[in-house]
Amino acid sequence: MAEPQAMYATDEYGRPFIILREQAKKTRTHGVQAIKSHILAARTVANVIRTSLGPRGLDKILISPDGDITVTNDGATILTQMEVEHQIAKLLVQLSRSQDDEIGDGTTGVVVLAGALLEQSEALLDRGIHPIRIADGFDRACVVAVEHLEKISDKVEFTLSDTSNLVKTAKTSLGSKIVSKEHDKFAEIAVDAVLAVADFERKDVPFDMIKVDGKVGGSLADTTLIKGVLVDKDFSHSQMPHSVRDAKIAILTCPFEPPRPKTKHKLDITSVEEYKLLREYEHDKFHDMIKRVKDTGANLVICQWGFDDEANHLLMQNDLPAVRWVGGPEIELIAIATQGRIVPRFEDLTAEKLGKAGIVREVSFGTTRDKMLVIEECANARTVTVFVRGSNKMIVDEAKRALHDALCAVRNLVVDNRVVYGGGAADISCALAVAKAADETPSIEQYAMRAFASALDAVPLALAENSGLPPIETLAEVKSRQVKEGNSVLGIDCMGRGDNDMKKQFVYDPLISKRQQYLLATQLVRAVLKIDDVIVAGQAEE
Amino acid sequence: MSMNIFGAEATEEKAENARLSSFVGALALGDLVKSTLGPKGMNKILQSGSTGDINVTNDGATILKAIQLDNAAAKILVNISKVQDDEVGDGTTSVCVLAAELLREAEKLIAMKIHPQTIVEGFRIASAAALQALEKAAIDNSADPAQFRQDLFNIARTTLSSKVLSQDKEYFANLAVDAVLRLKGSTDLDHIQIIKKVGEKLTDSYLDEGFILDKTIGINCPKRLENANILIANTSMDTDKIKIFGARVKVDSTGKLAELERAEREKMKAKVDAIAGHGINCFVNRQLIYNYPESLLADKGIVTIEHADFEGVERLSLVTGGEIVSTFDRPDLVKLGRCELIEEIMIGEDKLTKFSGVAAGEACTVVLRGSTSQMVDEAERSLHDALSVLSQTVKETRTVLGGGCAEMLMSVAVDNAARTVTGKKALAAEAFAHALRQIPTILADNAGYDSSDLVMKLRAAHYEGRMDAGLDMNEGTIGSMKALGVTESYKLKRQVVISASEAAEMIIRVDDILRATPRRREAV
Repeated sequence: MAEPQAMYATDEYGRPFIILREQAKKTRTHGVQAIKSHILAARTVANVIRTSLGPRGLDKILISPDGDITVTNDGATILTQMEVEHQIAKLLVQLSRSQDDEIGDGTTGVVVLAGALLEQSEALLDRGIHPIRIADGFDRACVVAVEHLEKISDKVEFTLSDTSNLVKTAKTSLGSKIVSKEHDKFAEIAVDAVLAVADFERKDVPFDMIKVDGKVGGSLADTTLIKGVLVDKDFSHSQMPHSVRDAKIAILTCPFEPPRPKTKHKLDITSVEEYKLLREYEHDKFHDMIKRVKDTGANLVICQWGFDDEANHLLMQNDLPAVRWVGGPEIELIAIATQGRIVPRFEDLTAEKLGKAGIVREVSFGTTRDKMLVIEECANARTVTVFVRGSNKMIVDEAKRALHDALCAVRNLVVDNRVVYGGGAADISCALAVAKAADETPSIEQYAMRAFASALDAVPLALAENSGLPPIETLAEVKSRQVKEGNSVLGIDCMGRGDNDMKKQFVYDPLISKRQQYLLATQLVRAVLKIDDVIVAGQAEE
Repeated sequence: MSMNIFGAEATEEKAENARLSSFVGALALGDLVKSTLGPKGMNKILQSGSTGDINVTNDGATILKAIQLDNAAAKILVNISKVQDDEVGDGTTSVCVLAAELLREAEKLIAMKIHPQTIVEGFRIASAAALQALEKAAIDNSADPAQFRQDLFNIARTTLSSKVLSQDKEYFANLAVDAVLRLKGSTDLDHIQIIKKVGEKLTDSYLDEGFILDKTIGINCPKRLENANILIANTSMDTDKIKIFGARVKVDSTGKLAELERAEREKMKAKVDAIAGHGINCFVNRQLIYNYPESLLADKGIVTIEHADFEGVERLSLVTGGEIVSTFDRPDLVKLGRCELIEEIMIGEDKLTKFSGVAAGEACTVVLRGSTSQMVDEAERSLHDALSVLSQTVKETRTVLGGGCAEMLMSVAVDNAARTVTGKKALAAEAFAHALRQIPTILADNAGYDSSDLVMKLRAAHYEGRMDAGLDMNEGTIGSMKALGVTESYKLKRQVVISASEAAEMIIRVDDILRATPRRREAV
């Protein structure tokens, strides 16, 4: 029974007016005021995560509605977990998420840049420049900046045997996270993991082959890369052997239970004979299932479903160690790793479909009977698991996120080995290029382009500020040196090493990551500037 | 110059406020558990809000688990103490106190306008130096069984000395060591069953040489059985249901119903016959044994014990060497459990079943007695701590000295390392050393000694090269921990330093707390 939201009417003099339903509850902002309020909201978001940027950026504690705690430094995580209500702020959250999905790293930088661009456009609006002209200018500037990025980009050479450059990239990505304590270790794990699964011909890195698993206990230094699969399960019967060598694995997605047809049916027992027959059938069924498995030569059963007590004991009696309730994604991973086939019915089980692994063993942790299964020396060496340890839950979670970022950074290099220098070096260089282009632009857009150039300075400024350096002074110095020496690798010396040469400090960012940041931020700013009216419908009365 | 972008009731605390709130929370928590540290630490009463139940304890993890907190940093500390409990089983208070002390030092440094990341760097240098020193000081006696047993005994004694069992620590230390050595290297503490019975006094607790199952022998069965062959089963001894889906009985006359009932009984009888075919005289089932099979088994002279639970069945199979059976068609393949004597015994007013003269004996039973249920509960927790530490020590056999000795050793090493560091990081490293020294200070404070005097004497002793010097808590003097036999597990100490510094680091790095709208809960 939806009534029209608005109605056209005329007053007694014939002048038209619009009557809106629930007028009192609607709020509307429009014109420059709307844009300005949007800009303010976006800047608020940018300010929240600005302090997380860079190697000396700080973390945030996020408290969920249930009081659970997340401690993180990852822009995308902060933004998704903080409860943002404002519409424009939500756009920024989306922005960092799309950077996360596409590139996986640089999620903080993109938001800081977008915030800075909007801040700059506020001043332009005050001067009376039309929002669309501003957006056009930004677009033009962005094109210049992206072209310049490609010009100053450098190729990073690496081979399977010499991965030092990849490790350095991973280190840049990890530098800002809590895992920097075990910097080298995590960087190497990330590189090894990516190289283990990477397909160099197709320049593709299938991420689903890398599983990141974590368990509290130990310290970050105990984190390991397992060339195989780790499953958080134990053997179904406590008296089964705890390790299997040269495992031939039957991977089943059918339960060790009597068959259970999907169609609804009823089986009526009307006589003693039927009862006995059924009993026989049930009995044989169990033996048959075990026999089928045994006949293929399998010596380990991995099953997605549960076992009946009887089946469990029969498995044990027949020397078939078994694992039950293994989740779907894990089953798939095991199948890929061991090159076995997932078998949905006992009838389909053959020797060829078995997966092979060098060793499957159970490891236990701590004083609570926590056990996990490690499947190693698999037939397919291209599945790896990173097993993260840490002294508390929050640190393990954060380490997992950090590792994901590092994996992405390395993946990006495998896909495209061009890099630009970090520490704000690329941003400063682009700012200079854009400013130069602005002077050569005849139209009104040159103001917007200049603004874009100043906005690019936001990243090095935030870096310097977070590192405890005087921001403006430091930026001015580096900028003038870049111009004077014509050297685009000079950046902010966040770690206080006394050297501004980012090439020597090995601070890289993949080119595609930086480019994506510029493109996404510019796009978002255009979207925000184009909105000049927000009508929030009032809540309908209950 | 900002606007509200968050949902209603979501809040943000920034920079100084955020730090203040996390430091205050962590320090408050540290101060709360601080007084329970060490052999002269005090206990706390935890009263449940809903039921009013009382719990007297000085176990850090238990205290922390019970308090409801609304402070993010405090929750991190609770989490590390929980992990410490899971990993090593003891040192839950120490880890919390050390983390809080580190944060107390960090607060001072931040007040001096030192960048949090610089503090973190300093702490990292310091914790690396501390761990190195700790590893160097660790002694491994695993090659010499007698010496190793002495080590284990010392560790157990040290752990127990801070608990309610401290009066009888020698007794319980022996008990714990014996229990753990029975496990033969397994760290699964479920294999040590602790039976709590109120009554008598603490020293009447004992480690049973056999195995006690907290179940009674079925009715109509003899209460004593010698040379038992035991079948341990996990099977339904109800009228066996047909497991095929959708099967149901549909009959049209009572006559047929009776026939079916007979068939069911026959099936049960066949099952009982199959069980009896194993040549057993004792049958232990995880699930219930119904009257009919029970009487059938009793007729065959088989002693039945029903409803023995997962743990009970598993332990029993470990003790007697039998396997847990669910099908009975292949008696030749089944390994039966063996024991010399099964009898029903009384502890207090309860009847239990005791299996003595067992074959394998990789599990054991400790019977704890005490005057009040709180006392027994606390004794159980203490014993559990000791057992956990011991079982971990069996795995990682290195030991270090306790009584503040290891802390002072690390603090000296950190101080030395700090001297070689240039820049502000050195300040943070020194602060770390100071925080480490707080542990012996608190130990001495809790015992009512002049902590400043003692700790400085202790430090001097360490600088003079007496690496085994620690606090003698009975005399209030500095003594050789080696001579006193105050030993702690290396793994425990290492985990304390790692966890505390990782947690402190995590909290220092925070400069913003974003709190989402608390989820509304329906009023009960």
